Amino acid sequence: MLIGKPLVSIVSAGLSKFGRLDGMYGREIFAEAAKEAFERCPNLDPAKDVEALFVGQMGESYEHQGHTGPTLADWTGLLPKPAMRLESACASSGVALRIGIFAVLSGMHDIVLVGGVEKMTHRTTAEVTEFLAMASDFPFEQWHGITFPGLYALMATAHIHKYGTTEEQMAMVAVKNHNNGVLNPKAHMQKVVTLEKVMSSRVIAWPLKLYDCSLITDGASCLILTRPDLAKKFTDTPVHIVGSGQASDAIGIYEREELTTMKAGKLAGQEAYKMAGVEPKDLDIAEVHDCFTIAEIIAYEDLGLCKPGKGGSLVEEGVTMLDGEIPVNTSGGLKSKGHPVGATGTAQAYEIYLQLTGQAERRQVSGAEVALSHNVGGSGATAAVHIYRKG
Amino acid sequence: MSETPPFTIESFYKFVTEGKLMAAKCSKCETVLLPPRPVCTKCLSTDFRWVELERKGKLLSYTVIHVSPVQFQSMAPYTVGIVELKAGPHLPGMIRGVEPEKIRVGMDLRVDFDTSIQTQWPLWPRYFFRPP
Repeated sequence: MLIGKPLVSIVSAGLSKFGRLDGMYGREIFAEAAKEAFERCPNLDPAKDVEALFVGQMGESYEHQGHTGPTLADWTGLLPKPAMRLESACASSGVALRIGIFAVLSGMHDIVLVGGVEKMTHRTTAEVTEFLAMASDFPFEQWHGITFPGLYALMATAHIHKYGTTEEQMAMVAVKNHNNGVLNPKAHMQKVVTLEKVMSSRVIAWPLKLYDCSLITDGASCLILTRPDLAKKFTDTPVHIVGSGQASDAIGIYEREELTTMKAGKLAGQEAYKMAGVEPKDLDIAEVHDCFTIAEIIAYEDLGLCKPGKGGSLVEEGVTMLDGEIPVNTSGGLKSKGHPVGATGTAQAYEIYLQLTGQAERRQVSGAEVALSHNVGGSGATAAVHIYRKG
Repeated sequence: MSETPPFTIESFYKFVTEGKLMAAKCSKCETVLLPPRPVCTKCLSTDFRWVELERKGKLLSYTVIHVSPVQFQSMAPYTVGIVELKAGPHLPGMIRGVEPEKIRVGMDLRVDFDTSIQTQWPLWPRYFFRPP
């Protein structure tokens, strides 16, 4: 059994600047992330040592470009190594990470590069709204004008109705994550927002307002994974992945058993906790998928950080703040750091890599040893959860 | 006797054109499937019959969309919701004929049909919800 054992080790990680990166193609942004990962790991000879590339990217529409795997291998100097793009909407690179774990655990590869990329900001908001909606059901959701924020708004309305969660509590998620993002020099929007500012921002899909929504961002992220017994060859401070879970749910949220929880997220979390031999109370930090503020509240509940219906109170009580009992989204989250959809899963892992190796600078959580990342695809039809331990 | 339409999403929307709310009922376990599927989600049977559903339901959740995709921009803001039909299945769609401020979770709604667009896949006619 794999319980409690390191599955793979992260020996390096890279992240491009997140934001509006005018004049750059996705492949160039990915090369920036890879460059950081390679430079952090001088004992690695990328062209020789990296054996395969698994990369998450959501849409061909943004850049009118498919066949991203080999393109990124080329732009990172990894040709002719096998390369593959994985699409699972906003969980694309969380899933690519998992595939990288499979590749190493299987014995087929000793060292792989996993990552993700998306170039979005050169498109209009209406176009991006349409492209993102492709991650939802076409014939019953998109066809009836239901947007991506609309789907999360439907969850928010249900959560408000069932548990009395308030719009203010949702806004507190935004305030908290922006406070963290200010401390992250790579975050897209390094700006504090007040509760009043969130509450008075324009409505996108009621009850979600502009500042309840994550950002349309350009960015890329990557990790170098290897077998745990080889990790020390490359670094004195590896981070081990000790749990990995993934689950699927109906593509249409109207077919889900409950609108107030994401079953795939819950199941992926349970699988990862079990594999890691870890319980929610053992976590020092977590990066969760706050594509919308309500999504972070639901994530708390699905991951067992609090009881169902108590997510709003958890943020209100400050438990998940940077100096709280369990800091969540120390990077600023999708909300402030930004959400280049395909890059998000491994960008979460990048933040955890920094935190568990003591490199998170002004936002460092002292003594962090056990961490979790939670990456959701679309409106919850995919979820990938990983648990990490300081090596 | 006319041939049974295949248990597909397209057949569902062709029935909408005729003003009918139809679903596939599993002949083995009686589960009502909407959307229809090639295989029963409960018992994996592939044996179905078409049943016409009562057009009544209750609103499970709703939102008012202000920022819409390109093709819906002329309609924004508009309200969409998920309705639990009396027969069981949940259906998402637009809510028309009621002010957003007067919409409440749990309210009764009725399925109606907009058959003004007579086209083929992927341009189906639409159903929508309205107060009874």
